[in-house]
Amino acid sequence: MLVYVIRRSMQSMVVLFVMSLLVFVGVYAIGNPIDILINPQADQMDRERAIAALGLDQPLWQQYFVFVKGALTGDLVRSVVHATSALDLILERMPATMELAIAAMLIAVVFGLPLGLWAGLKPDGIAGRSIMAGSILGFSLPTFWVGLMLIMVFSVMLGWLPSNGRGPTTLLFGLIPVSFLSWEGLRHLVMPATNLALFKLALLIRLTRAGTRESLLQNYVKFARAKGLRNSRIIGVHVLRNIMIPIVTVIGLEFGSVIAFATVTESVFAWPGMGKLLIDSINLLDRPVIVSYLLVIVTIFILINLAVDVLYSALDPRVRLTDARG
Amino acid sequence: MSTIVPAAVEGATPYAMQSPWRRIVSDFLANPLAVFGLALLALIVAAALLAPVISPQNPYDLAQLDVTHGKLPPGAKAPGGGTFWLGTDDQGRDMLSAIFYGLRISLMVGAVSTILALCIGLAAGVTAAYFGGRIETLVMRIVEIQLSFPAILIALILIAVLGQGTGKVIAALVTIQWAYYARTVRSAALVEKRKEYMEAARCLALSPARIVFRHLLPNCLPPMIVVATVQLAAAIALEATLSFLGLGLPITEPSLGLLIANGYQYLLSGKYWISFFPGVALLLTIVSINLVADQLRDVLNPRLQR
Amino acid sequence: MSEAILIVAGLRTHFYTRAGVVKAVDDVSFSVERGQVLGLVGESGSGKSMTGHSLMGLIDPPGRIVAGTITLDGRDLPALSAEEQRQLRGNRIAMIFQDPMMTLNPLLRIDVQMIEAILAHDDVSRATARARVREALVKVGIASPDERLTAYPHQFSGGMRQRVAIAIALLNNPDLIVCDQPTTALDVTVQGQILYQMQKLTRETGTALIWITHDLSVIAGLADRVCVMYAGRIVEEGSCEDVLARPMHPYTQGLLDSVPANNERGTRLKQIPGMTPSLLGLPPGCPFRERCAYTTRECEQTPQMRAIGGSGQAVRCFHPLIPLY
Ligand SMILES: Nc1ncnc2c1ncn2[C@@H]1O[C@H](COP(=O)(O)OP(=O)(O)OP(=O)(O)O)[C@@H](O)[C@H]1O
Ligand code: SF4
Ligand SMILES: [Mg+2]
Repeated sequence: MLVYVIRRSMQSMVVLFVMSLLVFVGVYAIGNPIDILINPQADQMDRERAIAALGLDQPLWQQYFVFVKGALTGDLVRSVVHATSALDLILERMPATMELAIAAMLIAVVFGLPLGLWAGLKPDGIAGRSIMAGSILGFSLPTFWVGLMLIMVFSVMLGWLPSNGRGPTTLLFGLIPVSFLSWEGLRHLVMPATNLALFKLALLIRLTRAGTRESLLQNYVKFARAKGLRNSRIIGVHVLRNIMIPIVTVIGLEFGSVIAFATVTESVFAWPGMGKLLIDSINLLDRPVIVSYLLVIVTIFILINLAVDVLYSALDPRVRLTDARG
Repeated sequence: MSTIVPAAVEGATPYAMQSPWRRIVSDFLANPLAVFGLALLALIVAAALLAPVISPQNPYDLAQLDVTHGKLPPGAKAPGGGTFWLGTDDQGRDMLSAIFYGLRISLMVGAVSTILALCIGLAAGVTAAYFGGRIETLVMRIVEIQLSFPAILIALILIAVLGQGTGKVIAALVTIQWAYYARTVRSAALVEKRKEYMEAARCLALSPARIVFRHLLPNCLPPMIVVATVQLAAAIALEATLSFLGLGLPITEPSLGLLIANGYQYLLSGKYWISFFPGVALLLTIVSINLVADQLRDVLNPRLQR
Repeated sequence: MSEAILIVAGLRTHFYTRAGVVKAVDDVSFSVERGQVLGLVGESGSGKSMTGHSLMGLIDPPGRIVAGTITLDGRDLPALSAEEQRQLRGNRIAMIFQDPMMTLNPLLRIDVQMIEAILAHDDVSRATARARVREALVKVGIASPDERLTAYPHQFSGGMRQRVAIAIALLNNPDLIVCDQPTTALDVTVQGQILYQMQKLTRETGTALIWITHDLSVIAGLADRVCVMYAGRIVEEGSCEDVLARPMHPYTQGLLDSVPANNERGTRLKQIPGMTPSLLGLPPGCPFRERCAYTTRECEQTPQMRAIGGSGQAVRCFHPLIPLY
């Protein structure tokens, strides 16, 4: 198991290397790095200094190392707008986005699994059909518009929930600022999290339903029934165990997509996360922040992929053992 | 078919003997929800195509606009004797007309990008499957990496790099979508490649073009249709999202997303209709396409055929 | 011991598909006595498995048992409630399936899958159940059961998995086990071992078997009685010796002729011409008539089962092959 984790981590490092190379090429070869990384309002002196700092006068492979070193230490580039390190800016916003994404994923799982299971077990019943129809709606609702409608109903018409911001934050473990620990913060969190969850909820329902239906057709379920097991055990142990594998995989992989889609939800609800920062930066042409965001998000994606793979091997004995042997 | 047709069912064509396309059509029509989706979609497309004819007002002819009639609620009387059924926006523009015109733009951008992506993806997928080896590995690696990143992220980055504008939005949508088609074509093609008739076709020394056009493409078609439908809905939604964020189409091309964004600022003061109705139009468009896609997936999937 | 443990009478199991009604099991009757082995033979698609599934109450929509009784030890199974049926399944009547690769859940350990089969029917402690599980594994010839119990199915060979499945079927000492081609997927030596063991075990415990197979040579050494199925119906029934030595139905004759051992060396293997008819919208009349060498106009009527001779052999044919004694 340990060997497996180590080997997967090595692979991730390779992917990270390739991605950093891609971003590097994107910034340095396709665009003009001076335009992208240096404040256009900078005077000639500043420019010269920046060019030297970025190693733009050196050969390309050395520039790459300067780029990576800058990325790692965080003083890669300074935000044009905020005049601080772009990476710091992003890291400072990261807890807000993570909290939102995790809350959304939780909502999607807590509601999606049971609904999908139900629809899979009784695909022709009224409930099963309604759940499926609902999931099509969930897929089709444009996230940003649903966000607006939520604000319209719950903030403007009913006045129950605040329409924007994160509310007061409390420090979790003394270092991570989170909203969900206070009632006021929770009130701020509910609407954006639900909004972000809708799409994934629909996805999970469909996935669980498909997995359940597929698994019910398998011989091992027939055999489990032939053993005279109770339905609760067949579904709770035999079926659920088997559909958990694709579901955990998808939950993991979709987490990255939730973080990406948070850009939209954060913009609608003025949630101070790194997604909103990205949109603002694009609008203000604050390219250094965009580049840093890209590097951060690629890293997050790779970490998620790694975690999913490890989890996957923990769930499926077939993978676990072949890899331990090999 | 040489099986003996039982006397009892002679006359009526047995289900199993219908031509595949007729069977697909009849299977499709068996689901009322899907038929509803198709009808709705037809209606929406018709409204978009006929926008100049059926709109009560040309919403972008400034001479017809009157700011004093701005932000009127749905059902308000229009000066010319008509009614603003869905209200007006801040410029005094009839929302119903704006939606018809917006649909036109949204559908156009979605359709153009889907068709372009389909062509590029098809070409890439067929090339990969046909040549195999290095070319295949390269194409599929790119596809794989690209598909592991969410569409919205790729779109945002591309817009950040390319800048804004209709052509650039379409370019971004195409860049996102082509990979789905390439993957679909290639996997369908791989399956076909293993089948015996391809072997036979190669033995007969048929030209590559003939193999691709007569054998490969017809068999890639069903999954491609499904993917294209799903992607059309996704493209329309993504364009709307980008436009809403102010990163999509320019104000001169007011798609549904822009209309919604325009209404955003009035939402908090309770003037919901400026955002609400374009959103409903967008939703109905996407729902109808998805309903059709859902049923297509079922009827075109050979594994599910009973 | 000539008490019938299972009596099936007039069983019909139909599938209501979109294309029409598939009569997978169509008026099937037979009985099995305690400790007896009944062979159920027929071509692919003749309805053998669906007969077995009907006995187990495992027919899923669009399929349904539409007529007939299945009397196990005095109780009519289809008439019981779902919970009563469940209590009998795997307890009084068990089933083993064809493909040993697919019958065990790949994600659960063997011990979990075996112990749950006991706990579903008996209110015993886990330790007791575990002991019974070990015993059953030893019975089917699995050495070092303790080691095996904590393994996952994919760590077993096909033959081993089938042994585990058999052990599971034996766990609750059922009255009857339906074996649906349990050895077809295995190689010949393993097949022989398993056959031998099954025979021994059922002798010892008095468990009756229904042995479903394509392969008449397997039946020869194993079964007491044989039912030959064709297109959802039983076309011939009798003691194993009678049917194999003196087949009366042209289809049984054809099956026997196509067994390699029954052909002389050097002669071409005989085959039944034509294909199994589709069970969808089967026309009335003898379903074998398209392939039968003895067919006459009369065969456009539907033949009924009738006893021939005094030995309990019965056949569904207008022109049975009566041997000249
Ligand atoms: N779910 C279903 N829907 C429609 N028809 C079915 C279904 N399940 C089985 N059948 C039909 O029932 C008939 C009998 O099938 P069955 O599995 O009993 O055959 P079999 O004799 O066991 O064949 P084999 O030797 O291949 O296992 C087949 O013709 C099949 O088409
Ligand atoms: S009834 Fe007629 S067709 Fe059928 S098996 Fe007998 S002889 Fe052949
Ligand atoms: Mg079978």
